[in-house]
Amino acid sequence: MSIIGNLFYKPTCRKMHVALFYVVLLFTISTNAISADTRFINMSTTTSTENSGLLKVLLPLFKSETGIEVRVIAVGSGKALKLGEGGDVDVVLAHAPEAESIFVAKGFGIDRRAVMYNDFVIIGPKINSLPKIKKNDVSAAFKLIAEKQLSFISRGDESGTHMKENIIWKSIGVTPKGAWYIGAGQGMEAVIMMANEKQAFTLTDRGTWYAMEPKSSLVILFSDDPSLFNPYHIMAVNPEKNPHVKAGEVKQFIDWITSTKGQSAINNFKVNGKQLFFGNAK
Amino acid sequence: MDDFTSAVLVSLNTSLLATLLCCVVGIPLGYYLAFNKHKVTYVAIDILKTLLAVPTVVVGLVCFFFLRRQGVFGDLALLFTQSAIVIGQFILAIPIMATLSYNAFSSLDRCAHETVRTLGLSKVKAVVLLVSEARFGLVAAITQTFGRLIGEVGVSMMLGGNIEGYTRTMTTTIALETSKGELALGLKLGGVLLLIALIVNMLLNRLQKKK
Repeated sequence: MSIIGNLFYKPTCRKMHVALFYVVLLFTISTNAISADTRFINMSTTTSTENSGLLKVLLPLFKSETGIEVRVIAVGSGKALKLGEGGDVDVVLAHAPEAESIFVAKGFGIDRRAVMYNDFVIIGPKINSLPKIKKNDVSAAFKLIAEKQLSFISRGDESGTHMKENIIWKSIGVTPKGAWYIGAGQGMEAVIMMANEKQAFTLTDRGTWYAMEPKSSLVILFSDDPSLFNPYHIMAVNPEKNPHVKAGEVKQFIDWITSTKGQSAINNFKVNGKQLFFGNAK
Repeated sequence: MDDFTSAVLVSLNTSLLATLLCCVVGIPLGYYLAFNKHKVTYVAIDILKTLLAVPTVVVGLVCFFFLRRQGVFGDLALLFTQSAIVIGQFILAIPIMATLSYNAFSSLDRCAHETVRTLGLSKVKAVVLLVSEARFGLVAAITQTFGRLIGEVGVSMMLGGNIEGYTRTMTTTIALETSKGELALGLKLGGVLLLIALIVNMLLNRLQKKK
């Protein structure tokens, strides 16, 4: 800091200080430049894969084998695909099958492959007075929530989870509206925290729920309905539409994550002793 | 390098560089506006003061549109890099640096400028003398700018993308950890942030007193 100060009131030393000033400036810029030299790809993905800690295990493995760094931008699946459309990332890992199909059909993405799956669950407060409905009947559960106007927190951010939720509402012919239905516009963890504070219901992927369970007083109320299947796919951003994407490195990454090595790393990943994701690459 | 250290370094790296750039551009701008008072400069000052109120996310959003691949500067591949954060923070803070240094220069004696000129000093020496006279206000401007930048979230989050170990700053870590319910790490980083602000302020205050 004294560089700037001295510059002000010791004109005789100015040359030296100006030089020092530029050394600092160059040093800071060069640290940016150095990191630009490493081989890397940008991947947009859903918050669940990063915040669960899965990528923290997978990506260093991939880097040690190939030297390629994968930089992760964790957002909702909807935004993750949008970033892919614009070519702001090289590869997308998402869990919104319908939106992904459109993404590929429109030519924004290629080489879409299954990576892993888990499932969604409905969590909420322990209420004894709830009418008895099957634990694995999601339609009935959503109908009940809407009828009784039980507080429900929606992601409200066009994430994969939000899209799934919308599909369920649509399938039972309900348009959720009213004070009981809260669109949070936040990530999964934040929504679970919110549901916990408000003792409300919400739809979450099982992986994030296991990671958050110890910090919450909520419980799984409904699960194991086949319609709650939650598959994750990886896809490369189409180099024909965005010539700047690093197609070679991306191919390496997609091949790796769907290989036996990548898949067993996914299957071996556990939080609090529970497996969060199940590899299903073909 | 662990998450904590990396967040601190990324924050310092981006905010210090952005503050330096703001000094290089903002102080001369403030100087010019203070000593060349006419209609245009008054309007410019009004505009700059209005820009003080711009939320960080708006700066982030506007820069995002320019820096993304489909944007005007898309080919530079700047989005989701540390450089993008520096650019956003520079734009965010330039009104602060410019208006505060304008205030600093304006608070000098009205005749200071003329006096210096009549002393027969060269232009460069005149500038150095005036800058030295205004240094209290200027150091305050630097402190404020740095304080605003080290503590901002919007620009870092939108332009940096919160990439772990690369563009994850102290503030974006706090935002993320809080959303995950990890309040302890968030608080710890909040404390470090204040500590850094304290150290910087102490350094700068010393500089003000030195003669």
